[in-house]
Amino acid sequence: MPKRTDINKILVIGSGPIIIGQAAEFDYSGTQACQSLREEGYEVILANSNPATIMTDETIADEVYMEPLTVEFLAKIIRKEKPDALLPTLGGQTGLNMAVQLEEAGILRDFNVELLGTSLEAIQKAEDREKFRSLMYELNEPVPESTIVSTVDDALHFAEEIGYPVIVRPAYTMGGAGGGMCYSRQDLETIAHSGLQLSPVNQCLIEKNIAGFKEIEYEVMRDHNDHAIVVCNMENVDAVGIHTGDSIVVAPSQTLSDREYQMLRNVSLKIIRALEIEGGCNVQLALDPNSFDYYIIEVNPRVSRSSALASKATGYPIAKIAAKIAVGLTLDEIKNPVTETSYALFEPALDYVVSKIPRWPFDKFIKGHRILGTQMKATGEVMAIGRNFEESMLKAVRSLEIGTEELYLKEITNLPQEEMIERLIKADDERLFIIGEALRRGMTTEEIVHHTKIDPFFVEKFEGIIQLEKQLEDSPWDKDLLKIAKEKGFSDTALARLWNVNEDEVYTYRTNESIVPVYKMVDTCAAEFESTTPYFYSSYETENESVRSDREKILVLGSGPIRIGQGVEFDYATVHSVLALKEAGYEAIIMNNNPETVSTDFSISDKLYFEPLTLEDVMHVVELEKPMGVIVQFGGQTAINLADGLARRGVNILGTSLEAIDRSEDRDKFEYTLSKLGIPQPKGICATTAEEAMQASETLGFPLVVRPSYVLGGRAMEIVYDQSELERYIEEAVKVHKDHPVLIDTYMTGIEIEVDAISDGETVVIPGVMEHIERAGVHSGDSIAVYPTQRISEEIKQKCVEYTTRIARELGIVGLINIQLVLHNDEVYVLEVNPRASRTVPFLSKITGVTMAKLATELIVGARLKELGYSDGVLPEPNEVFVKVPVFSFEKLRSVDTYLGPEMKSTGEVLGRDVTLEKALYKGLTASGIEVPRNGAVLMTVADKDKEELLELATRFHQLGFELYATEGTGSTLEEEGLPVTKVAKIGSEEQTVLDVVQKGQVHMVINTLTTGKQPRKDGFRIRREAVEHGLPCMTSLDTASAILRVIESMTFTAQSMPKTSQQKVNVLC
Amino acid sequence: MKRQLILEDGTVFIGEALGSDNLTSGEVVFNTGMTGYQEILSDPSYCGQIVTLTYPLIGNYGINREDFETINPFVSGLVVKEACSHPSNFRSEDTLDAYLRGRDIPAISGIDTRMLTKKIRQFGTMKGAFASIDQSPDDVLARLRNEDFPTDQVQRVSTIKPYVVPGRGERIVLVDYGMKHGILREFTKRNCHVTVVPYSTTAEEILKLKPDGVMLSNGPGDPKDVPEAVEMVQGLIGKLPLFGICLGHQLFALACGADTVKMKFGHRGSNHPVKDIATGRVYMTSQNHGYAVEEASVKATDLQISQYALNDGSVEGLYHPKYAAFSVQYHPESAPGPEDSNGLFDEFLSIVKREKRRERVVCQSVQI
Repeated sequence: MPKRTDINKILVIGSGPIIIGQAAEFDYSGTQACQSLREEGYEVILANSNPATIMTDETIADEVYMEPLTVEFLAKIIRKEKPDALLPTLGGQTGLNMAVQLEEAGILRDFNVELLGTSLEAIQKAEDREKFRSLMYELNEPVPESTIVSTVDDALHFAEEIGYPVIVRPAYTMGGAGGGMCYSRQDLETIAHSGLQLSPVNQCLIEKNIAGFKEIEYEVMRDHNDHAIVVCNMENVDAVGIHTGDSIVVAPSQTLSDREYQMLRNVSLKIIRALEIEGGCNVQLALDPNSFDYYIIEVNPRVSRSSALASKATGYPIAKIAAKIAVGLTLDEIKNPVTETSYALFEPALDYVVSKIPRWPFDKFIKGHRILGTQMKATGEVMAIGRNFEESMLKAVRSLEIGTEELYLKEITNLPQEEMIERLIKADDERLFIIGEALRRGMTTEEIVHHTKIDPFFVEKFEGIIQLEKQLEDSPWDKDLLKIAKEKGFSDTALARLWNVNEDEVYTYRTNESIVPVYKMVDTCAAEFESTTPYFYSSYETENESVRSDREKILVLGSGPIRIGQGVEFDYATVHSVLALKEAGYEAIIMNNNPETVSTDFSISDKLYFEPLTLEDVMHVVELEKPMGVIVQFGGQTAINLADGLARRGVNILGTSLEAIDRSEDRDKFEYTLSKLGIPQPKGICATTAEEAMQASETLGFPLVVRPSYVLGGRAMEIVYDQSELERYIEEAVKVHKDHPVLIDTYMTGIEIEVDAISDGETVVIPGVMEHIERAGVHSGDSIAVYPTQRISEEIKQKCVEYTTRIARELGIVGLINIQLVLHNDEVYVLEVNPRASRTVPFLSKITGVTMAKLATELIVGARLKELGYSDGVLPEPNEVFVKVPVFSFEKLRSVDTYLGPEMKSTGEVLGRDVTLEKALYKGLTASGIEVPRNGAVLMTVADKDKEELLELATRFHQLGFELYATEGTGSTLEEEGLPVTKVAKIGSEEQTVLDVVQKGQVHMVINTLTTGKQPRKDGFRIRREAVEHGLPCMTSLDTASAILRVIESMTFTAQSMPKTSQQKVNVLC
Repeated sequence: MKRQLILEDGTVFIGEALGSDNLTSGEVVFNTGMTGYQEILSDPSYCGQIVTLTYPLIGNYGINREDFETINPFVSGLVVKEACSHPSNFRSEDTLDAYLRGRDIPAISGIDTRMLTKKIRQFGTMKGAFASIDQSPDDVLARLRNEDFPTDQVQRVSTIKPYVVPGRGERIVLVDYGMKHGILREFTKRNCHVTVVPYSTTAEEILKLKPDGVMLSNGPGDPKDVPEAVEMVQGLIGKLPLFGICLGHQLFALACGADTVKMKFGHRGSNHPVKDIATGRVYMTSQNHGYAVEEASVKATDLQISQYALNDGSVEGLYHPKYAAFSVQYHPESAPGPEDSNGLFDEFLSIVKREKRRERVVCQSVQI
């Protein structure tokens, strides 16, 4: 059927901020969808609050609304734009939920907006646990024994009937939020409680445990004419029981015979047909390893993380095709964009193995609950392609950037045997390495299969890797063995470890022996048809298919997996750099390993190498392509960290020089540069021993900022207020990083200012100066950033501009630079200089209209700012106010402290924009998921040092009619000022405790600051976690609290009695 | 141990010896299915061919007792990237290597199968030979170039004697040109009484069996190599409902006056979309053929094209507008591959039933 002509304007809802369970994959699918619809001539209206995406670029849709994704704001957009249709299936769970809510609110009906792709009924049939189960019964398809509950009691009752363990799956939540495996009544009580809380319909499914089954996924598509196909099937290496987003996954399935494959294929197609989905759908199945018995676990009636993975794994662009199907085209009319000769109606044939490994945030949240279960915890993932399983898996391992390039983690070599077995049974983020360690210690594959429930096929492959490792150890420099090792995916660094030499020696020997990889094409059809897809992966094979062109070429390094501190914003910058290079006439080549992103869409660059971002892998591409240089400044710390090694091997680093990078990252050189320029910075000392650290504290005085050298996202950085805290930190930090010294700086409190600049080495253009709501000490990525600045004077701003300009010139920056400063006692100090694209690049680019990454790329390839019409200094500021509000995923990460400090914790961000700061903040906070209460009660429990400051805030809350709850100490301070306070007891007391009021929902907001001392820290932690579990906003910085207060004040009115002449104290209306 | 695979264009691949040491030659073809190696190895249509599997990991789920398409495999050889030595599946009883040795099938692993596939795609299917590592490639090549493709594959793979698989439903004669057991299974599953007969059975012999319908099976090679089959089909058209699959489809076309041609590299895999002209529906099909019915030649006959391949437009289905006879180029019995077109067997049986009723009516009216 040809495309529909009765609709014209289509509203696409994006997925909002990056959170665990909903990451960059929806930037990829959303971008593809919008482009696909516009290709067909439709007018596209996009709603998405996430500024860090390519999707929200002005070129992607006809109109882009960066407004909160709530019914309130979407209704405004619908009223204004009057779209004919809404496409809800490409914006993740958020997009889908918003469509359901808009329908329920009657807005779609009132404005005659048609839902495209999938009917509301189908969405509900797939998402609503009860409806889904009855549909499966109707289709005669098995689902695990289960029941739907809306109370904890019902859950307990059912579990007693079928026995433990059981799985809790909350309805309408993403990434399995709030769910989990329950081994006991106690587990079930906790998990069912939080699950019910998190489910928007207060529903949970309590399900029989089928852990140990194989978990298989099918990505299926269907069109209006009922054509239904499988794009890809995938097998989870981890058995059922671990969320698929947290599982190691391979594609295609490895251990299924054709009968099993077709049986599950038939089921998947039957389901998508029964749901009458027009577009993509993901079906998750559990298959008994010992029979043909299977169960349907879950169906996602939309494009998903798995469909992004399937798209990259096969080359088949699911989102793009899904969008075309949604407007009426059928699969047999759409050309296969890869071959351009065959049609979209076919099932890709792979001639390689794809591996996906999740990237977990536990390098940052060392104390987080690391056990994997039904609730997803990974922030991102990597994918790798190889011609055998081992190659594919080991390439994926080295794409993770977790300090190892093999199945080896030094930290676990001393793990006691019992703990090792325990960690084989209960999987955590390091299980893959534990398996390696266990095999190295001689544990049999049978034992490992028994403990892990991982299919013997995979365990045997791991065993093969370890056996090969032993052979390599026994015969260093054996050429034949080396060749086998390379074919099996061993990295040079792994060989270097086994042979006790350095990586460069392995590399030199190997290249001398001509053991180098070739590149194979991803073509969806296993070479059956001729394709010209510029999408390649390396393998140690015979024929090289990646032919070098004669064009002048540049290699851009991507940013790898999404992790805390390095999010989708770096992919945004990478993509713009690539586009700019293409525009400038260069052949733009990209290397990256993140399957979720736009940058790894093969239609973005001239050539895509889907490869790990290690020195070895980059060098291989460099040697083949011989680019004029490599651009490292857009791929975050991942790319920057490679600069040194690349330069060592003679590769030209384009843009800012390696020396300049080093001068801003090396502590001593940086200090020297700043003092040379006469720019103030906090005093600091570098300590390698505990004694040195203690001496430093005496010289500098408390409070201090302490951190290990070379940091990413403020990792392991802390503020210490006294001697005992410093001692504790040094002990922990030195233990973790014994080769790295600890940096100790004076902690300067004050307004934090952030500047992004573009420089060609002479002219320095500053698109914007931002200030942070939270004072210095909270990581810039976790602070609310405001643009233009609201509180600092023109003079101070000029000082920041001037410092930035001086630094950029001194370092000879060509491209982007980001500088963080603090305004302390009327003096500006420079805290940090990043000679690369920063987190705020997309935010500022979108506001100012200066596509910074693009402009920077032009400079890198030789353009001059002056020639382009730019001059020194800051660009004119708009009349509106823009805020960037961080978004956290704390509800997904148990045992992670929500306290904001110098260590970054947020996973994403949203934009708020309006005419006043308050309005912008309201939008930003709303978009970030915080429900700003207009009345109710606030619980306050703060450190002694914050009490005085709290008074003012408490008074304002009181005047707005909020009830005040406080712990003893905080409460007394407030009482002394005559404020009415309900005091609550400490944790563990007989009376009503601070936790009780949170649990019972008596308070609606919590203000809690970090107190020193072991017990108070522990109590504070419990209060903060309790607030998160109950979905309450919990402010750990008084600045955030004050900002929210301003918003509430702007929305509501105070109730005040008339002043009495005799009264001494006069309330001031704020 | 190393082994060579030598192609007629002179390409030499050196890989690891796998399976039997009885080094053969054959026509080198590729199959893009990601699962189903056991069915492929045991599909008699591969008689005389060396099959390259494009999916690199083969043997992962072992060899089981149930998924054979025939008892004795006829494939000349197998080419894989990697053969799994530790298969894992609850039905697995053997490794791929052990099976190949047991069945005397030579194979090679560890070569760049994608490179080989691309060669076949570019130059068409080629003759190829396995050779031990110490053999001179030139000698092998000289021998290979003088070798002719065999023409007697159908005779080699067909059953020698007829046999009956009893059932209480429709009586079907299944002509075995190299039948995959999947076809037989589809009929017995539907309670048919099936008589499997050799390829050389005449029309008279079949009519004597008084079947309700005749199934022309798949089989290896060029349909023009079995003229006796074409003659037999001509003798049955209009007399009995006919259904042809693969080689059976080509024989049906030849019998009706159409022509067949050798394709450059054929269709072999589990992901071939086929469009039905009448309904506009597209089915994902399992295919294995190196010859095709020539589209232009159909126009001069009574036959109508019912289906065509979405990707290259080749003829995938034919029917006779006057008589109850139709055929498809692909494998509705799948095994391996998608089961989307499995309904064709039901369609055939409903035609068989309809024709049976009509005949009864005709007989009755004759009696009156």
